[in-house]
Amino acid sequence: MGFLDQFWQLTIDGLMVGSLYAVIALGYTLVYGVLQLINFAHSEVFMLGSFGGLFVARALLPGDGSVPGGLESVGLVAIGLGAGAICGGLAALTLERVAYRPLRRRSAPRLAYLISAIGASLFAVNLAGKEFGRQNVDLPDLFHNGTVFKLFGADVSTQSLVIFAVAIAMLVGLDRLVAGTRLGQGIRAVAQDADTAVLMGVDVERIIIVTFIVGGLLAGAGGFLYAMTFNASYSMGFVPGVKAFTAAVLGGIGNVRGAMLGGLLLGLVESYGGYLFQASYKDVIAFLVLVAILMIRPSGLLGERLGRAA
Amino acid sequence: MSPGAGDDTGDLVVEARDLQLRFGGVTSLDGVSLRQRRGEILAVIGPNGAGKTSLFNCLTGAYRPQHGSVTFWPSSGRPAELVGRRPHAITRLGVARTFQNIRLFPALSALENVQIGTEVRQRYGAVSAILGLPHARRAERDGVRRAGELLDLVGLGHRTHELAASLPYGEQRRLEIARALGTGPGLLLLDEPAAGTNPAEKRDLAALITRISGTGVSVLLIEHDMTLVMSLATSVTVLNFGRVIAHGTPGEVQRNPAVIEAYLGVADTTGDAAPAGGVDAGTRKELR
Amino acid sequence: MSAPNVPGQPSPANPGDQPDPVRGVPAGAAPDADTMALRRPPAQSGAARPAGANPTDGPAPPPRSPAGDSAAVGRGAPAGGVAPGGRSPWHPAMLFTPARLRQLGALVLVGLLAAVVTGPTGNSDEPLQAAWDSIADPRIVLFLILAVALWVVLVLWAELRGVLTRLTAPVRAPVGAAYGRRGAPIVLNVVLLAIAIIAPQVVSTAAQQSMVTDIGIYALLALGLNVVVGYAGLLDLGYIAFFAIGAYTTAYFTSQSAMPWHAPFTLNPFFVFPIALVLAALAGVILGAPTLRLRGDYLAIVTLGFGEIIHLVANNADGITNGARGAFGVPHLSVHLLGLDYTWGIDPKPYYYLLLAIVVLVMIAFGRLERSRIGRAWAAIREDEVAAEATGVATLRLKLLAFAIGASVSGFAGVMFASKQFFNPQSFSLQASFFVVAVVIFGGMGSRLGVVVGAVVLQGLAFYLRDKVEPADRYIYFGAVIVIMMIFRPQGLVPSRRRRREIELSEAGIGSADSLGSAPAGGRP
Repeated sequence: MGFLDQFWQLTIDGLMVGSLYAVIALGYTLVYGVLQLINFAHSEVFMLGSFGGLFVARALLPGDGSVPGGLESVGLVAIGLGAGAICGGLAALTLERVAYRPLRRRSAPRLAYLISAIGASLFAVNLAGKEFGRQNVDLPDLFHNGTVFKLFGADVSTQSLVIFAVAIAMLVGLDRLVAGTRLGQGIRAVAQDADTAVLMGVDVERIIIVTFIVGGLLAGAGGFLYAMTFNASYSMGFVPGVKAFTAAVLGGIGNVRGAMLGGLLLGLVESYGGYLFQASYKDVIAFLVLVAILMIRPSGLLGERLGRAA
Repeated sequence: MSPGAGDDTGDLVVEARDLQLRFGGVTSLDGVSLRQRRGEILAVIGPNGAGKTSLFNCLTGAYRPQHGSVTFWPSSGRPAELVGRRPHAITRLGVARTFQNIRLFPALSALENVQIGTEVRQRYGAVSAILGLPHARRAERDGVRRAGELLDLVGLGHRTHELAASLPYGEQRRLEIARALGTGPGLLLLDEPAAGTNPAEKRDLAALITRISGTGVSVLLIEHDMTLVMSLATSVTVLNFGRVIAHGTPGEVQRNPAVIEAYLGVADTTGDAAPAGGVDAGTRKELR
Repeated sequence: MSAPNVPGQPSPANPGDQPDPVRGVPAGAAPDADTMALRRPPAQSGAARPAGANPTDGPAPPPRSPAGDSAAVGRGAPAGGVAPGGRSPWHPAMLFTPARLRQLGALVLVGLLAAVVTGPTGNSDEPLQAAWDSIADPRIVLFLILAVALWVVLVLWAELRGVLTRLTAPVRAPVGAAYGRRGAPIVLNVVLLAIAIIAPQVVSTAAQQSMVTDIGIYALLALGLNVVVGYAGLLDLGYIAFFAIGAYTTAYFTSQSAMPWHAPFTLNPFFVFPIALVLAALAGVILGAPTLRLRGDYLAIVTLGFGEIIHLVANNADGITNGARGAFGVPHLSVHLLGLDYTWGIDPKPYYYLLLAIVVLVMIAFGRLERSRIGRAWAAIREDEVAAEATGVATLRLKLLAFAIGASVSGFAGVMFASKQFFNPQSFSLQASFFVVAVVIFGGMGSRLGVVVGAVVLQGLAFYLRDKVEPADRYIYFGAVIVIMMIFRPQGLVPSRRRRREIELSEAGIGSADSLGSAPAGGRP
């Protein structure tokens, strides 16, 4: 079959994966927005959230291997998402507290943050490997995964629909949060000018913590969605992490809507590219996209400012 | 680029033509032109926000103006267009600067700070340095000697091996000037060199600038202290709201109605009518 | 320096009327809610000391060293009340302030975490079982006692320090005097070199092997990465990729059978050194040139991606690199010159001495580089990039130079590695890159002796742990080491004096200590 025959199927798959990248990318973008810092350990927040959601959902499944349906499925997915989000949020909070806050207290140079994040990442990955084993962990089906409807001849599965819907709901929710609430106002204020924000009475410390938590909640929930589609493993964070970062840069790091756009675009590019070239080099595509943007338009498609984004 | 277009460019050291610089909606420079003759001490004055530092940043490559050109005549060699060059390339052509808020290399010694300047034109590379080749060693010695001379010139000979960050404020100002001189400039840009110094230090500074000017370096100066400007400068350019509103000798500028008006909004609160004193007092007030 | 004067940032109103841009450590920083920061920055205890707030004042002298700031240890209010001599009125109730209790709580948590880290290995079927087994084990008592003991030490630190100072005074004075004498560093270096020469004679063959492929190679790698991280102030997270380039280049040129892809001729490995050096430097330039124009932290992620791609290609391109099976049969190093015939064989010792010689030469070479105009220019870039550029330093080119030099050392080490033993893509994993970063950070970035000591200590630790824990689990410890160093001793074990000063000054708001841009802004509470 040619590329054109597969086009819509590839598009649907790309959007599904892309929406996951977008969800993770938001964590990078939010933290970058308020701290001008690449949170290298964000991929581990994603990984821990993924495990958390997976373990909780698996524990609640009937032990007989049957696939639940109806409301039961909805409940399981919701609980898994919640558990993943909570684990992600807790992981992000711990990360901020242990690896970043002591450095912020003494205004350490930027290099120190990057290195500290790498240390934390190394620690978390391998501790997870030790505690949960180093094999892939599968999540049994939480619902019957069939074709819901056909779009231009391509199958839209229940799974892609669930993932896409949940991801989009989270993206819209976050956009509303940043654009329309007092908390979002604080985040934007800190992103634009932390020093002035302090003078205006914004509690920067609190905003930073909340930003980490929000990023962690999203990454954790995204991790559960990822585990539902693929599987979970201690080293699962790295590749989606780099891709999500690429998505964030593609859209303009620090820019919330940019991260969403970047995630979806990257998902599509990768889906098409993986088909046209060799699938095992799919991961290379994201990296090439990253280098290309950095060379052509380093401020990303929508520009870099969180404050301007929403 | 059109160097030498006019007949009277023969003794110019720098000429800026119609510089325009905007940040988003804010216009910082709105068609600024400026000429400085070789050997001259030219002062750029104006109220805060008039665009003085923006002008400096355009001349030194830190900002790139949206429109306009800057021609620089090195002491030897062909005239060069500065707009579009990176700051280090402009410095190597012979335009050095200091910063309004001193920017030294704080953990390097005074000597090393100046050495960075004296070494920018040296050619020896990593391999020569590693092998300790004779020409690298010679260059190294020359750099140290020259840096030592410059420290003596600015009166910091006794501070050679002290950390830049540990020097008192006034000495940091002078160290920054020495570092700029180390690059062997034909044109030296000083951004408020007297800011925050006491009267004695100001006198020393004026003497130093005169001495520097005496060595054949043209000095372009932003300064708020009118007494200093009036005593030092051979000519003065006045900026307000990103435009040149006056240019001439210190005396001419002092009598210029537009200048008086530009400053009066602040100066009249002091009730001081004497132009020089009034400007001075007004600007000082503004500084607070 | 502070953000307002970064070129390209709109600043129509002159931001710097205050003559000094120092952003003092915030006065009245919230003193609570931070149980992890056991060391408070000195400036914070004298919070109202914003250097240069007074125009005639100038920046304050460098902050006192952390160790000299006894009163600032610990977060509790009582610490502030302890007089320098340690003779303050002291009351047991001081132990139970909220801050002290939080500190104790944090230490207990760290103790529990340590128990889990050192405890049994789990699996995904019972995800929390292993953690629970670690905590429910009697061993936990040991960890809790350690946590409490550490807490007591911290609480009594001011007193203990006084006692220690008094006890060690008779020893320290002569030692200090001896070290201060001219030529003392040379004596120290000679002693260290002598130890390095004798060491392989007194350890097991397994340890000798490790001294070559782990310590020696990594010391070399760390010296190269030190140029990037320590000198230029950049971060390269794909550093091992250049090592891989060196290793595969060796396989390509020296053997017809090591990889499916090979040169039509074979070379002596010694001739591959310059080739690998150039190739790795070239790869570094190609990668660095587009990226270095941008913010410095982008370099970190681009190099990370590059490292992963090289690993991926090495692992998957069966027809070129032999894939995951790796390259077998790269010949050992050998010399056939003017009647001299020598081959470095199975015995690790000759390799060790060759590596030792190379490491020493590289240390000398980089010492010269550091003291040359190039080293000074790197320092200028780290401390104030804008000012460096304005002083005529071609910042982009010098960063690229550092990046290329680092890459070429890595490529060089790759040749050494390939000719020593069989290798497969596992040696070039991402974790290996992180490990080199850990070595540099732990040893002391910018310090040549430091990074070599870092390689010895961390690889020594890895060697020690090799039978005790799963190989992969060792990275838990390395990760922890990195974080702990960044929190408590960012200058490293054997710090470079200049780098330490830079870090201290930049934390007090004077200058910077890397070339990644200003410190994260929202951070200062």
